[in-house]
Amino acid sequence: MNYSLLLPVAALFAAPAFAQSSHQGHDMPAEKAEPSASPPASDPHAGHDMSAADEPVTEQPALEAADPHAGHDMSAGEAETEDVGNVPAPAPPSDHAADAIFGSDVMARSRKELAYEVGGMGYSLVTIDLLEVGFQKGRESYRFEGEAFTGGNINRFGLKFEGEGAFGERIDDLELQALYSRAIAPYWNLQAGVRYDIKPDPSRTYLVAGVEGIAPYWFKVNAAGFVSNKGELRARLEASYDQRITQSLILQPRIEANIAFQNIRAIGVGSGLTDFEAGLRLRYEIEQEIAPYIGVEWRKQTDATARFSRAAGEDPETFSLVAGIRIWF
Amino acid sequence: MTLTSPIDRRNLLRGAALASGGMALAPLFPAWAKSGSHGLHSLAGQPGVLSGDNIEVSVGQSAFRLGKKTGHAYTINGTLPGPLIRLREGQNVKLVVRNTLDEDTSVHWHGMLLPFHMDGVPGVSYPGIGPGESFTYEFPMKQHGTYWYHSHSHMQEAMGMYGALIVDPVGKDPIAYDREHVLVLSDWSFAHAHVNFTKQKQKAGYFNKRKQTFAGLAKGEDQPLSERMMWGQMLMDPTDIADVTGAYYHYLINGHDSMGNWTGIFKPGERVRLRIINAAAMSNFNIRVPGLPMTIVAADGLPLSPVETDEFQIAVAETWDVVIEPKEAIPIAFIAESIDRSGQCRATLAPQMGMVAPIPPLRGRPLLTMKDMGMDHGSGGGDMAGMDHSKMTPEEMAAMDSAMGKMDHGSMNMRDPSVAPQVKMGPGVASLAPMPMDRNKERPTGLEKVPHRVLTLSQLRALEPNPDQRIPSREIDVHLTANMERYMWSMDGEKYSEKTEPLPFRHNERVRVNLINHTMMPHPIHLHGHFFEVVNGQKGQYPRKNVVNVLPGAKVTFDFTADAMGDWAFHCHMLMHMHAGMFRVVTVRHEEEGQ
Repeated sequence: MNYSLLLPVAALFAAPAFAQSSHQGHDMPAEKAEPSASPPASDPHAGHDMSAADEPVTEQPALEAADPHAGHDMSAGEAETEDVGNVPAPAPPSDHAADAIFGSDVMARSRKELAYEVGGMGYSLVTIDLLEVGFQKGRESYRFEGEAFTGGNINRFGLKFEGEGAFGERIDDLELQALYSRAIAPYWNLQAGVRYDIKPDPSRTYLVAGVEGIAPYWFKVNAAGFVSNKGELRARLEASYDQRITQSLILQPRIEANIAFQNIRAIGVGSGLTDFEAGLRLRYEIEQEIAPYIGVEWRKQTDATARFSRAAGEDPETFSLVAGIRIWF
Repeated sequence: MTLTSPIDRRNLLRGAALASGGMALAPLFPAWAKSGSHGLHSLAGQPGVLSGDNIEVSVGQSAFRLGKKTGHAYTINGTLPGPLIRLREGQNVKLVVRNTLDEDTSVHWHGMLLPFHMDGVPGVSYPGIGPGESFTYEFPMKQHGTYWYHSHSHMQEAMGMYGALIVDPVGKDPIAYDREHVLVLSDWSFAHAHVNFTKQKQKAGYFNKRKQTFAGLAKGEDQPLSERMMWGQMLMDPTDIADVTGAYYHYLINGHDSMGNWTGIFKPGERVRLRIINAAAMSNFNIRVPGLPMTIVAADGLPLSPVETDEFQIAVAETWDVVIEPKEAIPIAFIAESIDRSGQCRATLAPQMGMVAPIPPLRGRPLLTMKDMGMDHGSGGGDMAGMDHSKMTPEEMAAMDSAMGKMDHGSMNMRDPSVAPQVKMGPGVASLAPMPMDRNKERPTGLEKVPHRVLTLSQLRALEPNPDQRIPSREIDVHLTANMERYMWSMDGEKYSEKTEPLPFRHNERVRVNLINHTMMPHPIHLHGHFFEVVNGQKGQYPRKNVVNVLPGAKVTFDFTADAMGDWAFHCHMLMHMHAGMFRVVTVRHEEEGQ
C-alpha cells in the first residue's frame, strides 16, 4: 500500500475528529490520532488547546438543543477521545453463568448447538456447468461437465466430472475427480485428490493438485497438475468470465488448455500443448439455478497430439455450435 | 386506560389447535395489528394485546397468507406479528412461553434490562425451550418505552416470530402525544430462512437482481467503465447494499404489504406518536412520511431530545419513536423503503378508513462508494455529511484513480494486517478498511443526496444526562469482518463457532468499545442486557441505545457500564450475518469470580 499518498488524507480526517472531541479545552496526546492506519507524523492539534471553535459544523444542527452542553457541567475529566484508561482486560472466566442455574450438562449441549448454528453449519452445492449437444460438420456430439461438493467454509470434499462423445458411438472421454478442497485465501482454494479417466482407453489414474478461485476482475480460474500411475505429467488451465448483459442474460467466454509433458501415445496425447478450446456461451437464467444456453466452441489440437489425431483419421480442429443447460442446486 | 386484560384465551386455543392439527389456514392478524386501528388506547383488553402480571403465549406454526400466496410461518399465538405485550414500569411480569413446535424455540425480550437467565438466548442465557416444553420468564420492568421480542433460535424470527413490547411509564410520559400507533416492520420470504441462507452461501449476491450490467453501461447508467474495472479488480460489488432484496422479500408493516395497506386513524391536529420497530431479518429501511416532518423522540426505547427531520434510517432491531402532527384531514403515507431501494412498504395514516395514501415511486438504486471500503479520499470528517459521494470532482476522481492505480491487489493494500493486528487473518477476511472513519455526521447509505433533511447519528442526544459519566477505564476494539464472496461473517476474523470464549468485563466497569466495520455492509450491532452510550459528540447526553448501526468502512464508538452480571449475547442483528458467525458472548463478572 502506498502510504505516502494516503498520509495527507489521513491527517485531513484525523483533524476534525480531534476537534469534535475537544469540548473541555485540554491537551490531547498525539498518539490518540485514531483511527488512522498510520498516524500522521505531526498532528497540527497535538499538544495545544482545542477550543470549541474547532468543532465542525454539523450538516443540520439539531432544531433544539443548539448548545449541546447546555445545563450540563462539563468537567475537565469528561473527555471524548482522551483520558480513556488502559487498565488491562480481566481474564475471561472459565465457567459459564447459566450453568449455575440450569446445570452444566444441559448448558454444554445448548452451547454446542449455538456454535453449530452460529457459524458452524456447512452446506453443499451441485453445479452442472455444461450439459449440451454440439453440432459439427457431419457429426453431433454431447458433453457434460460439473462438480459437487459438501463441507464448510474452509474444508470441503468434492467430485468433479466431465465427459463427451458423439451420438451413436461409444463415449470418448469420461473423467472423474475426487478432491479435498481447502480455502487458503479469501478467493482461492487449494485442491488435492485423485482423477480417474474411465475413457479414453486404456484408463488412467492420476494424483491431482490444483488451485481454484476467483482472480481480480471476477475471472473464475482453475489450474491443476496431474501425475498418472504411469508417471506421466499433465496440466490443465481453465478460465471463464460471466458478463452480465442484463440481470438474466449472461455471456460467458470460456477457455481451456491442456498440456502434457511427454507423449502418451496410448491415449493419443502428444507432448506440449495438447489442445486448446475457446467457447462463448449465452445463457438465459429462467431461474438463477436453471439457465439454458446457446453458444459456439472452437477446439484445436496442436503439435504431436494433432499429428496423432490426423493419423487416426480425425480432424484436429473442430468448430461446434452448442446448445445446452446450466443447472445448480 | 386500564391495562389489566386476562390472558388471551382465544389465541391460546388457536395455538393449541395449530399444535394438534398442524397448520391452520390464513391466521388473522392480531387485533392490534389490524388495519383501521384507532391507536393503542382503543386496544386495551382486545385479543392480541396482553397485559398484566401473568401472561402466557404459545409458539407454533401457522400458514401466513399474503395476497394470493400462502407461506409457512413461525408464530406466537398464531399471528404475524405476535401479540402486543403492554406492561407498566415497576411491575413484575411472569411470561410463560409454551413451545408447540417439534423443534427448540426461544423468546428474547429485546432491549429489556433483566437478569441474564431471563434474556432468552439459547446457549448463553438458558438452554432454550424444547419441543412441548414451557419456560417461565419472570422479571421486573425497570424501564419504559418501545421494545420488542423475538425468537433467538433457528432463524425463526425471519419467519414471523416477533412482536411489540410496550412499557408505559409509571409517572408522566416524557413524550407528549394524543394518540399512538405501533408499526412493526418486517421482511417476509416465502422460502424458508435456512434455504435463503444456503442460497447465499452457494452463490454470492444471489438475491441481488440489480447488479451492474452491460446494458446499463451502454445506457450510461451506474458506474462508468473505469470505475467498474477498478471495483472489479478489487472484487467488490457497489450494488451489494442489502444481502436479501425486494426481488425476494415482501416488506410488511404490521403484517400487511403495500396492497394490504395497514391503516391507522388520527384526528387532524393531534400529536400522533408512532412507535416504529424494525423486526426485519435482513432489511434496514428508509422511513419517511412524505409531506410531513417527523420529530424523533426516542430510540431503542429511551427518550431523546426531540429532533425534527424528514427522513431517517431504521436499522434491523432498532426501535424509533417519532411524533407527527397531521393538520389536514387527508391520508398520509408512511413509507418504509429498503435501503437498496429494491422494494418498499406503504401504510396509511388517515382520518378515516377507506382513505388510501399514494405509494411514491421507488427512488433510484444507490451505489456504494470508496468510502464504504474505508478508504475515502474526500475532504475530511466535518464536511463529509454534505459531500456528494457519487459525483466527485474530476480532481477527486483523479486522486482516487491514481491511488487505485498504485494499488496492487496482491500487495494487500485492502488487506494490510497491520491496520487491525488483533484480527485473525484467513479466508474469512477478504478486506480490512485501511482508513475506517467516524461517519456519525454523515447521512447513511443512499440518502446522501435526497433533497430534504436526513437524521444522522450525531444529532441524537439523550433527553436526560447520562447516568454514568465516568471516563472509561479501558478501551477495546471489535473488528467486524467478512468475506462476502464466501458469505462468511465474523468478529475479529473469527466466527463464533471458532471463538466461543467470551469478551470479559468487570462488574460496574466502564469500558469504551470501538466497532470497526471492514465490510461493505452496514452492521446493526446489538448488546444484550445493557444500554450503551454512543460517543457521537453529545457529551454528557450521549444517546443510549442497545443497537447501533455501523456503516460500511466506519468506526463507531460506544461507552458502557457493565452493570448487568452474567453472560450476554453481542452480535450483528442482520440475522444471516449472525447465523454465519458475527456473534460473541459478553460476560460481566466480579473480578475474582470464575477464574
